[in-house]
Amino acid sequence: MAGKAWRSAIVNLLTKLGLSINGKDKFKPQELSRVVGAAKNETPQSRTFIRGIQTVTLIPGDGIGPEISNAVMKIFEAAKAPIRWEERNVTAIRGPGGKWMIPPDAKESMDKNKIGLKGPLKTPIAAGHPSMNLLLRKTFDLYANVRPCVSIEGYQTPYTDVNLVTIRENTEGEYSGIEHVIVDGVVQSIKLITEQASKRIAEYAFEYARNNQRASVTAVHKANIMRMSDGLFLRKCREAAEKYKDVKFTEMYLDTVCLNMVQDPTQFDVLVMPNLYGDILSDLCAGLIGGLGVTPSGNIGANGVAIFESVHGTAPDIAGKDLANPTALLLSAVMMLRHMGLHGHAKKIETACFDTIRDRKVLTKDLGGNSKCSEFTEAICQRMKDMD
Amino acid sequence: MALYRVLSSSPNKPANALQSTLLNMQETIREPMVQDPTQFDVLVMPNLYGDILSDLCAGLIGGLGVTPSGNIGANGVAIFESVHGTAPDIAGKDLANPTALLLSAVMMLRHMGLHGHAKKIETACFDTIRDRKVLTKDLGGNSKCSEFTEAICQRMKDMD
Repeated sequence: MAGKAWRSAIVNLLTKLGLSINGKDKFKPQELSRVVGAAKNETPQSRTFIRGIQTVTLIPGDGIGPEISNAVMKIFEAAKAPIRWEERNVTAIRGPGGKWMIPPDAKESMDKNKIGLKGPLKTPIAAGHPSMNLLLRKTFDLYANVRPCVSIEGYQTPYTDVNLVTIRENTEGEYSGIEHVIVDGVVQSIKLITEQASKRIAEYAFEYARNNQRASVTAVHKANIMRMSDGLFLRKCREAAEKYKDVKFTEMYLDTVCLNMVQDPTQFDVLVMPNLYGDILSDLCAGLIGGLGVTPSGNIGANGVAIFESVHGTAPDIAGKDLANPTALLLSAVMMLRHMGLHGHAKKIETACFDTIRDRKVLTKDLGGNSKCSEFTEAICQRMKDMD
Repeated sequence: MALYRVLSSSPNKPANALQSTLLNMQETIREPMVQDPTQFDVLVMPNLYGDILSDLCAGLIGGLGVTPSGNIGANGVAIFESVHGTAPDIAGKDLANPTALLLSAVMMLRHMGLHGHAKKIETACFDTIRDRKVLTKDLGGNSKCSEFTEAICQRMKDMD
């Protein structure tokens, strides 16, 4: 198991035993080693805690959200993944003082479980509150948006062999929301780049590259034009590169990246960039592999929180008709398993999903077939049963 | 800036696949620029977005070596330009591809209202590329710049 997954597994087990690691409660050393041993061997030690199973907060979302969430749960069950789902709703509510917030039970669940899987959320038009995604981002300080873009065999696009990852700084930059009118007809918008946020995202990118056996990290910027803001960002990337000599570091101007991306995306590996560039590039790269319907996404926050999500819409026109394609949410859930160190289960589910698509016999409408969501889900489950 | 779609196949593998796929694709759902650029017409945008998108779109048709560009100023000033680099490694060796500058000059003629001449030159240029007999190295051939130029000139003589 990877480091973070280890720690949260141990902490969870201790919590279930009514113990804690930070010295506030007294615990016997024998009990601690027993718990650690249990986590390592995934063997049951007592009836007071479930063996090796991690609880994940599930936010089904709106529209097709519930049905694709059900598909993912079904597939996870067939894969015998050690995940227990805790469903929560995140419709914004007004807290004390009139401030918009996510429901306390949802926050509590995420704070406890640390890991979440989220379906698409409705964008409120006249509700008067900020977007749910923005609210989640602020509540959990989700600073990194990670999108691995890998070509899917069986779902043909004009581009083949794409295998890159975009890592987008998600808290500041051009989306700081600081705008003002200087005089009538002249508006100024502040692009905020801080040392702290740049350092954090740069180090995350290199850490991700190292943990996922990626060869290189490319910083995407326009420091030739925005010398101070992008310059600071670039400097922090260079400093992080020094600490990760095993990962190759390159820099490229954003316009050059876009030019090259549409001609030969295979030349790219991990890309790290500030907010706006990431917003654009992550969607561009999703387009290369087939669109938002097949692209996974993960949001990494402070304090070990991570929320994985499908980034497509709620598709209200097909909601409830068993027509949705659960691939994006499923691949996001696979990303989640890898983040948790459950590589075996991740590989199994991912392989079953890709094999089903490659086979082209049972595909949802958007993938070019005419099967139902439930049939597609069943095909994946069947493949996993056949693997055992 | 006008983008001219190079109708003949380009040596660049992804562009080839893109063009043939585009001609056959029947899209039923909305796709971004890289999946179906044919859904777009004229795009107007602020500075940064334009910096990004103009290069992205140049990439779709084959890169900066074949993309024309024009800059419109106040007081009727307009400067048309090729946006590729100076290519010092091939300078003076009669290896360069003049297409980008030529298509920018065609844009210039249109801006000046000289549509007949613009059409003639553009057609000669596109026909030469489509023919694939005389192409500079970057376009997949092994002809000299002067040979490519001569081929275009010859076509125009044949048109008269």
